[in-house]
Amino acid sequence: MAFGKKTSSSSVAKERLKLVLIHDRAGTSPSSNILQSLRKDIFAVISKYFDVVESDFDVEIKNASDISNRGCPRLTADVPIRSIKSIGRNRY
Amino acid sequence: MQNVIVVTSGKGGVGKTTTVANLGAGLAHRGQKVVLIDTDIGLRNLDVVLGLENRIVYDLVDVVEGTCRLRQALIKDKRFDGLYLLPAAQTRDKLAVNPEQMVKLIAEMEQDFDYILIDCPAGIEQGFKNAVAGAKSAIVVTVPEVSAVRDADRIIGLLSAAGIDDAQLLVNRMRPDMVRRGDMLGLDDTLDILGIDLIGVVPEDERIIRSTNMGEPIVLMEKSLAGRAYRNIVRRIMGEKVPLMAMDDNSGFGARLKRLFGGR
Repeated sequence: MAFGKKTSSSSVAKERLKLVLIHDRAGTSPSSNILQSLRKDIFAVISKYFDVVESDFDVEIKNASDISNRGCPRLTADVPIRSIKSIGRNRY
Repeated sequence: MQNVIVVTSGKGGVGKTTTVANLGAGLAHRGQKVVLIDTDIGLRNLDVVLGLENRIVYDLVDVVEGTCRLRQALIKDKRFDGLYLLPAAQTRDKLAVNPEQMVKLIAEMEQDFDYILIDCPAGIEQGFKNAVAGAKSAIVVTVPEVSAVRDADRIIGLLSAAGIDDAQLLVNRMRPDMVRRGDMLGLDDTLDILGIDLIGVVPEDERIIRSTNMGEPIVLMEKSLAGRAYRNIVRRIMGEKVPLMAMDDNSGFGARLKRLFGGR
């Protein structure tokens, strides 16, 4: 990790477990796939404001160490915007 | 904790059978009438861990199939007054018993025993379903390793789906020296990840292997740290509040130095 600080194997274990369990639990829950439903919901909200296409979405849970070292897994939604819709304009 | 307890883990080799043997012997020592049911049909081992392997005549499958009466299949442990074993069949498979039969059998046994401990096989298939069917509480055994903790998490979910929401965690083979060095998942980490209550922590103890070699539960051995941990868990099962014991007596630099110079 940064500045040569050695990460203990137990903290690596903990971080890996947290991430794998999020996926395990999502896959075994009654709704069968949390990420799929979440993706649909996010799409429904964002499409009110922006021109987006659901198949462009990338919703995933990442290991914290891929992004920062804050020590917890992270939900990321990568949503390409095709164009801004007119809906927000009237406000200005 | 209620009187019909399944001891389960998902992963094999984490110490379910040893746990059942020691908690059973410990409960009996405290004056309880206890029956241990081995539901690992085809891979039975509770009999050898308890040293009762030479006394098996009938087994669980014989009882549910009506080949014999329940009392004919129960083996009375002569060392621990009030301890009984219902062994698994060794030459049949898990499908020889179904969950309905287990529920019926346990209901019948409940009248005669204070505690029923069910030794669950590894895995999440029919054997697990049989073991869980008649249980009211659960002890989930894990060791501080990623594979065992992951499987424990799965088992906790499956127990909850089966209506057992008060599962308690037993962390087995803990090595405080390794935790201190940052090379083993600590207790707080494990509890934080799994999110259930703790029933106890059993330290790694080579006397366990010796006790299994001999077929004698370690729970009454004064000197053994694991034995003391099991005695504490027995008291917690019976509703006492017992603080976690310090586990550092046997490891760490000081103790190693002491051992080096002949202390123990």
